[in-house]
Amino acid sequence: MTELPLVLGQVFNGFSVASLFVLAALGLALSFGLMRVINMAHGEMLMLGGYLAYLTFLVVPGPLAIFVAMPVAFVGAALVGALLETTVIHRLAERPLDTLLATWGVSLIMQQAARNIFGAIGVGVTAPTWLNETVSLGGVTFPATRLFILLVAVLVLLALSLVIARTRIGLLVRAVNQDREMAAATGIDVRRVDLTVFCLGTGIAGLAGVVLALLGPVTPNVGQSYIVPAFLVVILGGLGSLVGTTIAAVLTGLVSALSQIFVDVSFSQVLVLLFVIVFLQFRPQGVVAVRSRALEG
Amino acid sequence: MDAESKSAASRYGWIVLAALAAAAPWIVSPYELSLLGRFLAMAILAIGLVLLWGEAGILSLGQGVFFGLGGYAIAMHLKLAALSPGDLPDFMTWSGRDTLPWWWVPFENPVFAILAVFAVPGVIAALFSWLVFRRRVVGVYFALITQALALCFATLLISQQPSTGGFNGLTDFQTLFGADLASPGAILTLYWVTVAAAALSYLGVRWLMGSRFGTLLRATRDGENRVRFLGHDTAPYKVVAFTAAAVLAGVGGALFTMHAGVISPALVGVVPSIEMVIWVAVGGRNSLWGAVAGTLLVNFAKDEISSALPDLWLYALGLVFIVVVTLMPRGVAGVVEDALRRIRPKAGAKGMIEPTAAKAGSAP
Repeated sequence: MTELPLVLGQVFNGFSVASLFVLAALGLALSFGLMRVINMAHGEMLMLGGYLAYLTFLVVPGPLAIFVAMPVAFVGAALVGALLETTVIHRLAERPLDTLLATWGVSLIMQQAARNIFGAIGVGVTAPTWLNETVSLGGVTFPATRLFILLVAVLVLLALSLVIARTRIGLLVRAVNQDREMAAATGIDVRRVDLTVFCLGTGIAGLAGVVLALLGPVTPNVGQSYIVPAFLVVILGGLGSLVGTTIAAVLTGLVSALSQIFVDVSFSQVLVLLFVIVFLQFRPQGVVAVRSRALEG
Repeated sequence: MDAESKSAASRYGWIVLAALAAAAPWIVSPYELSLLGRFLAMAILAIGLVLLWGEAGILSLGQGVFFGLGGYAIAMHLKLAALSPGDLPDFMTWSGRDTLPWWWVPFENPVFAILAVFAVPGVIAALFSWLVFRRRVVGVYFALITQALALCFATLLISQQPSTGGFNGLTDFQTLFGADLASPGAILTLYWVTVAAAALSYLGVRWLMGSRFGTLLRATRDGENRVRFLGHDTAPYKVVAFTAAAVLAGVGGALFTMHAGVISPALVGVVPSIEMVIWVAVGGRNSLWGAVAGTLLVNFAKDEISSALPDLWLYALGLVFIVVVTLMPRGVAGVVEDALRRIRPKAGAKGMIEPTAAKAGSAP
């Protein structure tokens, strides 16, 4: 069994890729479940997080800069998200397909702005030395950066499920998710719930951007390479479900990583798409189907 | 679109377009004529999008795939036609290939290549859309899956450098069915062929929109479940609309490739695919003449702006996306139709106003 370490290594890579997908897709899934809109500029929130991390590392040197960069990126991306939601997305609430196009326009502008400010080549963040270690286990080496990303994803997921399950805002989110009109009728400020969830989602994307900056240079289109798989994860996951999104991200990550044992990266992308289409043949509602008697889901 | 909004613009808009297209060779410079031919080829794709997006309400962010399939089909033939027997296309020799891939071989035959321009996008679109629509995957989901399709197509083309030409695509064509591609005669002929193809697509889609099929597509767009309750299975209609749009995209891609002399992943990937949607959004998604005008407008603007101020183009394009979609969802065609109606109110429009006025008058 000489192949076992290779397979194990790829399984680990799959989870590591999945953790990035989860961080990128969570915000999309949350606001999609709530408002039925997809924010095509979500990838640029990753990019923004990356650049904010770069700036923070310039100002705050030292091994713990990353822990300053994370909240900075979260807040920064959430603020830009708030601006985007109130100016564009909220206006188009009734036209989900048009939201795609309008937010794509935002994404183009943000990419070009980044190109003009930071240059097309990209900027690098030097990962703190404690992230350069590797951990060896059963013949497979795990880079500490990847383990750290996995940890961040797990913590974010835990925190988010706690917020949704235990806090007052979580209760409101669940209510609006189940029945928007009824929630509004009981006096819930639906508008504010939408805005809060959207900001939370873009904030998480900003956080994901910091993590991405540890893996490679931050370029103006760094978000684009993660966003299409993240869309597929949202489709696979089912309507705005945390559990569904997580399972879908793990599935996508594993399919992508394991297929790369046999084929190159571009073919593995095709295989992931085929996997999604075949999966939808059996479960068109996604991993976690929301059962409802409403006719128009 | 209801009978009310079928104003003078939508009835006579195509006559204006046709007259302009026919007069162009005598008015504009040869360079502008070649641009116009190229953009008219793109307009054929836009006509397909009116059927798919405007009529059926299906947003495809992957039209570049079908545009590219048509383009590559004809480009493979053009590449092979210029060779002496036994030779390989230049890029294959450079990347160390010594035999022609089997799927290249039939493209030596011009008839096969032309058939492939229609058949390859058509068959792939039918298969793909049937798989997806069968399971009632609609709306945003569908749009995102088509975008993933565009991403896969472009990455595959780039990664299979020895048999697809990779990032540079296929270019450097010399002859077109025996004629020198660079000669003024060939350019003019190609222009007329493109105008004819665009006119045929225009009339064909107009006929489809006026038929029972068109009515069912609009009904599906506005209330898919109601159409189901009336006893129609909506999936086949949507598959036909998607396939027709894909075939038109393929034809447009093939003509574009001959005009531009190149087809490459950069013309068919995620970004160009979504740009194709914006041509139609700017012109007006429900209006055939609007879509053609929008394609010409956006592309001439792109040509002007991106050669003068390259950085500005992406800002401008981004702004166009936001402004058109939020403020003028019916595009230029909508603005023109509203203006025409204001100048010359029609009997139908008065009929709409009168009852309200009567009601207001009768109220105490």
